[in-house]
Amino acid sequence: QDTQEKETITPERAEEAKLKAKYPNLGQKPGGSDFLMKRLQKGQKYFDSGDYNMAKAKMKNKQLPSVGPDKNLVTGDHIPTPQDLPQRKSSLVTSKLAG
Amino acid sequence: FVGAGGGNDIQWCFSQVKGAVDDDVAEADIISTVEFNHSGELLATGDKGGRVVIFQQEQENKTQSHSRGEYNVYSTFQSHEPEFDYLKSLEIEEKINKIRWLPQKNAAQFLLSTNDKTIKLWKISERDKRPEGYNLKEEDGRYRDPTTVTTLRVPVFRPMDLMVEASPRRIFANAHTYHINSISINSDYETYLSADDLRINLWHLEITDRSFNIVDIKPANMEELTEVITAAEFHPNSCNTFVYSSSKGTIRLCDMRASALCDRHSKLFEEPEDPSNRSFFSEIISSISDVKFSHSGRYMMTRDYLSVKIWDLNMENRPVETYQVHEYLRSKLCSLYENDCIFDKFECCWNGSDIVMTGSYNNFFRMFDRNTKRDITLEASRENNKPRTVLKPRKVCASGKRKKDEISVDSLDFNKKILHTAWHPKENIIAVATTNNLYIFQDKMN
Repeated sequence: QDTQEKETITPERAEEAKLKAKYPNLGQKPGGSDFLMKRLQKGQKYFDSGDYNMAKAKMKNKQLPSVGPDKNLVTGDHIPTPQDLPQRKSSLVTSKLAG
Repeated sequence: FVGAGGGNDIQWCFSQVKGAVDDDVAEADIISTVEFNHSGELLATGDKGGRVVIFQQEQENKTQSHSRGEYNVYSTFQSHEPEFDYLKSLEIEEKINKIRWLPQKNAAQFLLSTNDKTIKLWKISERDKRPEGYNLKEEDGRYRDPTTVTTLRVPVFRPMDLMVEASPRRIFANAHTYHINSISINSDYETYLSADDLRINLWHLEITDRSFNIVDIKPANMEELTEVITAAEFHPNSCNTFVYSSSKGTIRLCDMRASALCDRHSKLFEEPEDPSNRSFFSEIISSISDVKFSHSGRYMMTRDYLSVKIWDLNMENRPVETYQVHEYLRSKLCSLYENDCIFDKFECCWNGSDIVMTGSYNNFFRMFDRNTKRDITLEASRENNKPRTVLKPRKVCASGKRKKDEISVDSLDFNKKILHTAWHPKENIIAVATTNNLYIFQDKMN
């Protein structure tokens, strides 16, 4: 942006320009459905029992590719197993607000 | 602010702080909701670990007339547990999104607590006596041989140490495909609504196997999704009226008498936008994170990312007042987008109809007096924790030369967010939640 025009650009527009400079491929639609879809899909994990069982059947004689060192990254090019999904257990510890 | 003393500002003093001091905050300890009950005697908090902690105000101490009762732990229980929906490969968080109290009808207290998918009605009751004198069991609890029992003994109730028990009385499940963001109890005290991103349901407190869908904004084709529901609340007096806010900054008021499915609003509250000011961020920062009616029901307040707006229910085309919470963040939107802070959902609350309060970053919170038009910024910090010492107002320096005692925008800690605050329904006592601590402040009494 031309610095001489700075006075006529609102702070918001200046910030927008900064963002577009960093991420040129940012969606054409301002705000919009990308955020909304992400919001609706909160909590989605990627263990698919169908994929898992089909892969198991196909690779009967081979080892299933196992998860790499980063156990939290359960997507990508390996088949997640039920063990890979972080176990969610409720906290049995009393809240520190009550302590 | 106009306080009880008439014309005097409220002087806020630190009263108490609850929670651990350690900097390393466990996720489960993140406070996710704070709510006073109708009398203000009880204060409930919910956290990310699915736990509820209830504090009770001590009876006023006559010898210490300069301070109102302190809040001490009354009950704590695990409200929700983490679940996994195998059919949808969906992890359901146990985080308590909202707590709402029912008005007290008998000795027990009731509250609704909800996570993303399930609402529960909890009964909190006191037990301070127990029956004693049974002669049917041995010391170790085994039943005696009936032929050895030769007298008919009627047990007597004897006092015991107070026990507070919480039990789930109703579970309202399987009615929400999307994530519940709000629950609101109707003024009829028989029904309540629950709202998720796309739908609002009406329940009867006694009936768990059925709920009525009253708003559905899900488009036939999800590609056409442009807007979601962000908050909903029943009118405090009209049992047929409720409002819901959207991610596009609009509020719709619906009348349940008009039709069974309230897809057509009775009123639409929207402030016209100047199209020349529109930017990538406009819609995101206009998303309403909270909507609250004033106690009278004449006004409602909405919170979007940078401001608080007061709407008169009789005027749909613009708010009657707008208060800037932290306008200096407008020139930081790029980095706030990158660190996701731009999506933080701040709540807001009323003191009757005159003063509104909301949180900000750096553990700052703001109050706006609608009558005097004055505002104040305060900080929830353990450094200010001497009881009866008036809190010092804070000031953020937006640009230019920073005065002494001011803090510059770049020094603000964006990890210290105050998203949840609550105001006692009758007194000048406020509860302010930082990430994992609960602060209670009171008006200094002379």
